[in-house]
Amino acid sequence: MPVKTFKIDGQDVSGREDETVLDIARENNVFLPTLCNIEGLKPVGACRLCMVEVKGSNKLLPACVTKVEEGMEVTTNSERLQKYRRMILEMLFVEGNHVCSVCVANGHCELQWLAEKLGVDHTRLNYMFPKKEIDVSHYRYAIDHNRCVLCTRCVRVCGEIEGAHTWDVSGRGINAKVVTDLNTPWALSETCTECGKCIQVCPTGALFKKSRAVGEMTKDDHFLPYLKTMREVDNAE
Amino acid sequence: MDREEFEQIGQKRREADAAVEYHINVCTSSGCVASGSAAVKESLEAEVKARDLKHKCRVNGVGCLGLCGSGPILSIQPEDALYQKVKPQDSAEIVDHLGQGPVERIELKQDNAFFQQQQRVVLANAGKLDPEDIESAMAHGAYRALYKVTTEEMYPTDVVREITQSGLRGRGGAGYPTGLKWATVAKMDEGLKYIVCNGDEGDPGAFMDRSIMESDPHRILEGMAIAAYAVGASEGYIYIRAEYGLGIQRLKKAIRQAEKMGCLGKNIFDSPFSFSVQLRLGAGAFVCGEETALIASIEGQRGNPRPRPPYPAMSGLWGHSTLINNVETFANIAPIILNGSEWFSSMGTEKSAGTKVFALSGKVNRVGLIEVPMGISLREIIEEIGGGIPDGHAFKAVQTGGPSGGCIPEEHLDTPVDYESLRALGSIMGSGGMVVMDDTSSMVSVARYFMEFCMDESCGKCIPCRVGTAQMYELLTRFVNKEATEADLTLLEELCEMVSQTSLCGLGQSAPNPVMSTLRYFREEYLERITPAHEPA
Amino acid sequence: MPNKVKVATVWLDGCSGCHMSFLDIDGVLLDIADRIDLVYSPLVDNKVFPDMVDLTLVEGGVSSVDDRAKIIKIRKHTKLLLSLGDCAITGNVPAMRNRYPVAAIEERAYIENADVNQHAPNLIVPELLPQIQPVHTVVPVDIYLPGCPPPGPVIRDALVALLNGEMPNISPRFG
Repeated sequence: MPVKTFKIDGQDVSGREDETVLDIARENNVFLPTLCNIEGLKPVGACRLCMVEVKGSNKLLPACVTKVEEGMEVTTNSERLQKYRRMILEMLFVEGNHVCSVCVANGHCELQWLAEKLGVDHTRLNYMFPKKEIDVSHYRYAIDHNRCVLCTRCVRVCGEIEGAHTWDVSGRGINAKVVTDLNTPWALSETCTECGKCIQVCPTGALFKKSRAVGEMTKDDHFLPYLKTMREVDNAE
Repeated sequence: MDREEFEQIGQKRREADAAVEYHINVCTSSGCVASGSAAVKESLEAEVKARDLKHKCRVNGVGCLGLCGSGPILSIQPEDALYQKVKPQDSAEIVDHLGQGPVERIELKQDNAFFQQQQRVVLANAGKLDPEDIESAMAHGAYRALYKVTTEEMYPTDVVREITQSGLRGRGGAGYPTGLKWATVAKMDEGLKYIVCNGDEGDPGAFMDRSIMESDPHRILEGMAIAAYAVGASEGYIYIRAEYGLGIQRLKKAIRQAEKMGCLGKNIFDSPFSFSVQLRLGAGAFVCGEETALIASIEGQRGNPRPRPPYPAMSGLWGHSTLINNVETFANIAPIILNGSEWFSSMGTEKSAGTKVFALSGKVNRVGLIEVPMGISLREIIEEIGGGIPDGHAFKAVQTGGPSGGCIPEEHLDTPVDYESLRALGSIMGSGGMVVMDDTSSMVSVARYFMEFCMDESCGKCIPCRVGTAQMYELLTRFVNKEATEADLTLLEELCEMVSQTSLCGLGQSAPNPVMSTLRYFREEYLERITPAHEPA
Repeated sequence: MPNKVKVATVWLDGCSGCHMSFLDIDGVLLDIADRIDLVYSPLVDNKVFPDMVDLTLVEGGVSSVDDRAKIIKIRKHTKLLLSLGDCAITGNVPAMRNRYPVAAIEERAYIENADVNQHAPNLIVPELLPQIQPVHTVVPVDIYLPGCPPPGPVIRDALVALLNGEMPNISPRFG
């Protein structure tokens, strides 16, 4: 496969033509914030945190779905990008009800970590304090929509890896939410295999195991690339 | 089917039509149906039947006659008189006057700019032919262009070249060169390819595509078939919103009739070329007008956009190369093939060739559907064709491009209507909605109205659009309520920039346009709604 | 001593955890004690906010009419206002009431869950605002120090920097 050489923040790098700017940035230890992206699942370009500037293009491009090109010059951390990224995080904080101090994922939350990393110490946006539901019907797992950032990792891991497609998105705009089985309570889901992958990929405390107290819900998503590879091997056979 | 057989179909119908002395053509498009044209048509038919005039006079249902605000409208042929706001009880008088000159009381005079300054290409046959009868369409030249390309001298590459040279650009709003799109799909590897017609017209105040689909459905099918021939596709979909019941019904009928006639389906006109068309109904989500969301919706998925590239030309429906054009774009194809690219590019401006259909509405005397050459000024459209502002009010702004567009003030009214000029003003051509506002309109309220629309229609996939539109709506509400602060204005402007720069698809990227353009031209209306910061106690 | 920095702390709708954390800076308190004058605080016995204060740390969100009047007055008499902790910055746990009408909350707190004296609060308790507001949405805030509570060392570093006449370099962490 052809290999392209290009620049990330002035640094010469190279990547196979099927690789993305995000792949190569990570390979070269260039930090790009991401939230919807997770290794092993199809990228959707939804959170817009990994957007970069590419010389010659007046549009910002999401690094997770932008394939490398010969000679491209990528800027990952301009002042403008930093500002937009902080605003994106602020938007997530105001659209939900994120109360870190009483959250099962406190200390293990990607949203919390990103805010720290990108220096979000407050927001000028208007807190919406929406009234959102909690589904604790399932005997092992629970979802707290107050903490959901709609990254759709659960939807994708359930469809792409587990093959159950229990999760999907319902409603639109600010009222969009992830649902199990056409919006029935999780306990009544006929498709859920209780594999728990959705719990592990959730970046926040939205999806969690019951009986976890504040800060106790650690996540382990390292199994994903392995499963993905195995599935591809299985499919090829 | 040889040429003679083909020509015979239309010719026979023309002769049959000519044998009847008078034709009463009643508009049966949505606008006039809503104002009662069905009852008018029934009453006229009863009148003709009662007087036993059916050999002398026929009542036809036709497509849109343009001045929707004055419906129900009907036209008398061959006199070419128009009647407006016709009621069923006018029937006797109308029939009495056949051949005696028009009934002046309800006559719609055509000696004004609305009728004189239009140039009809897309709508050439709207209001003339019966959209539910393929023979009527063929009497007006339907499928001639398709016949020409499939059975005569034009290779697919010739067709693509002709479209490219015509300078036609996408009529859905963005103005991407149609020929370039076709060439890209044509050059993709052979294999399954799809043609998609985007009839998911969703802008508030826009009804161009609806009217075309209702008035001349065969024109769209023909354009799609020519496209399929040019790029090597054999299947097509028309994505039409379910709200357009009449359009759906007519397109369905048109597809059935065209298949029966051999103009669609297997071995079109006995050539090796086959092309079939199916309808897909949208469930009313505005975002499904975005091409990648539309494709997802046809596939049976949730109608969410996805990042481009890959563009649909490379990977569209079910991963196959897909050509997706707007209704009006397809409606331009047959005339270009028949009259040549030079004829087409001679209309309009150098960079924006041809004509554009607009749905003129709002505070203007003549509300309706118009087709004008590109390059005409906004002033001509509003003051002349539209007849100016009613009730002695003054013009304030014209909104083009719907929720993705902007408001253009008086000082820019002499701007020519073309893709680049409108963009330079902070608006867009859009699909053709044109809403005129007078001095009673609050531009802040207008901006909030469109923001509410975008907020409701955001799919929720990407954060800037999902949350940003809601945040901007909240800020605009503060302005409307005169509770805003300086800081709110700063934040609003920052959000406009951020949402337009970072949103995933066109909906979010252009959602701030109505705010930005009103901030640009009517900033004082925002400033006068700012209250001084709270005085400390 | 003439050059002492006048510092105040104020407790709005929070749990006082931020104040506890402030006290938790241990030995540093002694180090800075001779550089600051704590002129107003729940920790000292002064009922009137002084004319002009150099630095005020505010804990808690703006929850009642009383809170609002207080913070507006304090802002007027403070050079630097520092939002201390998540409640002041986001509303945090107390803001979980924002999803419900005040009447429903009072009903729940003072009647349903009360064993004796079941009645809604009267004159003594300040009227609640419909929603808790972050401090900076009511008055301008100069420095944000998130955390629930902000760890002692972070408060210490911020204070030391401010006393040295520098703006603190805070790595923000909610929760």
